[in-house]
Amino acid sequence: MKTLNRRDFAVDLGLALAAAILLPATTARADDLEVHIDNFVFQPAELKIKVGTTVTWTNRDDIPHTVVSAGKFRSKTLDTDDKFSFTFTNAGDYKYFCSLHPHMTGMIKVE
Amino acid sequence: MSGHDHEGDGVSRRKVLECMTWAGTGVLWTVTGGVPRSLGIIDSAEAATAAAPGMSFLQISDSHVGFDKPANPNALGTLEEAVNKINAMPAKPSFMIHTGDITHLSKAAEFDNAERIISQTKLDVHYVPGEHDFIDEEVKLYRERYGRGTKGHGWYSFDAGGVHFVGLVNVVDLKAGGLGNLGAEQLAWLEDDLRGKSKSTPIVLFAHIPLWTVYPEWGWGTEDGGRALEYVKGFGSVTVLNGHIHQVMQKVEGNVTFHTARSTAFPQPAPGAAPSPGPMKVEDARLRSMLGVASINFKQNEQRLAIIDTPLQG
Repeated sequence: MKTLNRRDFAVDLGLALAAAILLPATTARADDLEVHIDNFVFQPAELKIKVGTTVTWTNRDDIPHTVVSAGKFRSKTLDTDDKFSFTFTNAGDYKYFCSLHPHMTGMIKVE
Repeated sequence: MSGHDHEGDGVSRRKVLECMTWAGTGVLWTVTGGVPRSLGIIDSAEAATAAAPGMSFLQISDSHVGFDKPANPNALGTLEEAVNKINAMPAKPSFMIHTGDITHLSKAAEFDNAERIISQTKLDVHYVPGEHDFIDEEVKLYRERYGRGTKGHGWYSFDAGGVHFVGLVNVVDLKAGGLGNLGAEQLAWLEDDLRGKSKSTPIVLFAHIPLWTVYPEWGWGTEDGGRALEYVKGFGSVTVLNGHIHQVMQKVEGNVTFHTARSTAFPQPAPGAAPSPGPMKVEDARLRSMLGVASINFKQNEQRLAIIDTPLQG
């Protein structure tokens, strides 16, 4: 097994557990993942996912944010507790940011 | 004392010291948080203005109409308090500038409510947008209301009382990982707008996000703000007025005074003093000492603008 940092490990573990649970299901699909916006930070800042995974962002700040990946996806403005979901159907690296607070950036790596 | 001593080769030492004096005034207000704010000082500033022909205008910022979270459940109410304070001022200002984030979510009702309250000042108001004013689906509500006669996303200039005012937009087309953004088109317009102006003309630049770098970790600065400042370099008196950071901050660099105004809605933490720049919840009793407006006085032949920050409650 390749060297993992803690975050990768947590994500992989999550995927592994989810895969184990979903294995018997007939409608098996990649499990869905969440990104939270807390204190002007996307958490986790980087996700590694499989093609077909849906990622849902939830804004837990008292200030609106957006989730924008140039040319790929763009959420509406998310007020407190609003959510935005996007299903990744193509492999690749998706850099994204908040167009209102551009110092907030994140990455979804789709394999 | 002559008003012509700055002409020719830039800024005299005395001029800088004068600016520093005023900067000291601003800092004093900051440090005291407006506690001994003392109307007496406002009176003396106004008395001085009365002695020499001059002009005063007001800056209001970050009203965030529609905001109802714990940091201030009634942002419309505190805007109204600010307007009442303005209406109670003994000398009527010439006009007002609003440095953006009029609304919290760019909803039509929020714009309407803001207009209903702010119009009670019966002052002309010159607006620039904040990022919160451009988040309606079609990004049209701000421009329908305040964009008439402006260029691009809403920039413009005007003259009042011998001062040249330039309203800039630095909240559009922000780049991932970056700060506020003016963009090439606006910068070219600014350079052209200032061309041919006498270097003794006092210049006021106003925009939502600080044009100087306050704290890049929180996005508090403008990527290409330095370019705008290049264009005003030769002018004897330059004042840069911003909002966005919901607190008073001031610095003087040569002939340029940079100043940010309080919000009328909610305070934000000092740079790095909290995990994020989000709304800061303070005890109810302290809230109104951290909200407020700024009044800016300009005396002819003195080439300087004095900025007085007045909290809603001192």
